[in-house]
Amino acid sequence: MSAACLDIRSLSAVLPNGQRVLRSVSLSVQPGEVRALVGESGAGKTMIGKAVLGVLPPSVRIAEGDMLLEGEDLGQLQPKARRTLIGARTALIPQDPLTALNPSRRIGPQMTDRLVRILGWSDERADNRIRQLLDEVQIRDPERVLKSYPHELSGGMRQRVLIAAAFAAEPRLIVADEPTTALDVTVQKQILRLIAQLQRDHGTAILFVTHDLGVVAKISQRVSVLYAGKVVEEAETAALFAAPQHPYTRALMAATPRYTDPLASLRPVDDAVLAGLAAEIAAADQAWRRPHG
Amino acid sequence: MDDARIARRGVGPRLWLAGGWLLLALLAAILAPLVAPQDPLAQDLMLERLPPFWLDGTEPGYWLGTDSLGRDLLSRLIFGGRIAFIVAFAAAIAACLVGSVLGLIAGYFGGWADRIISRIVDIWMAFPPVLFAILLVAVLGTGLSSVIIAIAVIDWTRFCRVIRAEAMGQSRMDYVENARIAGYGRIGIMLREVLPNVVPSIVALLSLEMGIAVIVEAILSFVNLSISTDDPTWGGIIAEGRLSIHQAWWVLVFPLITLILTVLSFSQFGEALKARFDPVLR
Ligand SMILES: Nc1ncnc2c1ncn2[C@@H]1O[C@H](COP(=O)(O)OP(=O)(O)O)[C@@H](O)[C@H]1O
Ligand SMILES: [Mg+2]
Repeated sequence: MSAACLDIRSLSAVLPNGQRVLRSVSLSVQPGEVRALVGESGAGKTMIGKAVLGVLPPSVRIAEGDMLLEGEDLGQLQPKARRTLIGARTALIPQDPLTALNPSRRIGPQMTDRLVRILGWSDERADNRIRQLLDEVQIRDPERVLKSYPHELSGGMRQRVLIAAAFAAEPRLIVADEPTTALDVTVQKQILRLIAQLQRDHGTAILFVTHDLGVVAKISQRVSVLYAGKVVEEAETAALFAAPQHPYTRALMAATPRYTDPLASLRPVDDAVLAGLAAEIAAADQAWRRPHG
Repeated sequence: MDDARIARRGVGPRLWLAGGWLLLALLAAILAPLVAPQDPLAQDLMLERLPPFWLDGTEPGYWLGTDSLGRDLLSRLIFGGRIAFIVAFAAAIAACLVGSVLGLIAGYFGGWADRIISRIVDIWMAFPPVLFAILLVAVLGTGLSSVIIAIAVIDWTRFCRVIRAEAMGQSRMDYVENARIAGYGRIGIMLREVLPNVVPSIVALLSLEMGIAVIVEAILSFVNLSISTDDPTWGGIIAEGRLSIHQAWWVLVFPLITLILTVLSFSQFGEALKARFDPVLR
């Protein structure tokens, strides 16, 4: 079997007070696959993405586990080599397309800079590449967009720009952190379709973070369900929807809006399920604390 | 298109009024030997305490009147502007360079750099600024360069504090994180992603600081600690005017008006420029 594009093995991250925010997370993304990571807000989805991309907040420390990017153990690399590897092989499609673009720089230089300065492309090659990508994300007037400042574009346009930028350097892995959450409902679908389209065309693996099971069903091949920093279930997407194993997954599904039964979506997660989860987390922490003081 | 947008924001009149006065005062100062109607040092006891042009008993060519030594007030104000502007530019730029660089480093890098720089700023700001300036000039000796150094040494903290706070906010933005992921170095990110976003504040502070430098120079001249030559300074003229307030009010009032207009213009010009530079407000 060839190396996974991303292989996270038993990753734990702790806060200064010793509390774990990630609880022995294992997760892999195969080359060219869309791997969904689903969980409610605060579950630690963004934290996993940041760990992979090497931008965890200073207060969060990795206490255990390995992360392998195309077979290379990130933990074994010197900081500079790690940065170079992450920069060359990965990209991020962020949650908020407004704050992800620098307000005082025009779109054009922001997009080409990375190709020219980091990857050493010629200006012309970078420019051609960016225009090709803008075309792929269906931006019809690239001239205007390249000359614009971010605030002159709509949220949907900004997210298209960021998607184009993410694919521009042909990364092997893209982390998409709730890329549609901050957008209007009408735009969400288009953006989701675009990401799926570019993913197929470029064969890029995506770790797709979302809190929305509807999105999971549409875009991913496999899915991990995260609760309180712990993976509670992992399955092929089709299998998960056909037969969810974990009670929490079933509760999440029951809480996902359905046109046929809108009231059902208002059902909160059952108390019994929450109690079961709490016990599971406590047991996991107990087991973890023994060797880790 | 840009101009239309500025007008809509109401930035126009402020920018033009303040900028207009500053340009006028600056040109007059630079071209002082050409535009000043009289020799600013020439005394003439026959012409002592002439009133401004709209009152009785004036002489042609002495528009704002003369002081108690018969020197032409307008010419003295024009020549006094030379020292005011030299001090404003030199001191403000020096304070800006030191303060902005340290503020940028403290705010963006955080950690140890921030703790050390912030500590120094705190200690620095514990001194009352005017006393600090007088003390410094007393130590350095009077003279143009002492005044400039004193103002820069005291006021770099203003830049440091503001720029630190802004750089700190910037360093938490997603585009800075994106640049990290892409593989940019820290210094590169500081200069390319953070600096452009704090430039509007730097510009506004720089202009404000020029106004403050003008005041401080005037205060130092007023207490006779500034330039110890015969060259007229606004503070020096005000000090002389104070002595003859009952006989010749204009010797006090005109330099005060000049000073206030200049200081206000600097601060308004800075604010207007900031709004003009800011891509989001623009
Ligand atoms: N900078 C930080 N320092 C400490 N804890 C944090 C920080 N950011 C987030 N957290 C905590 O980590 C947990 C996971 O957060 P996050 O990964 O953002 O969740 P999600 O993306 O799934 O909504 C939350 O409990 C949150 O409070
Ligand atoms: Mg998140």
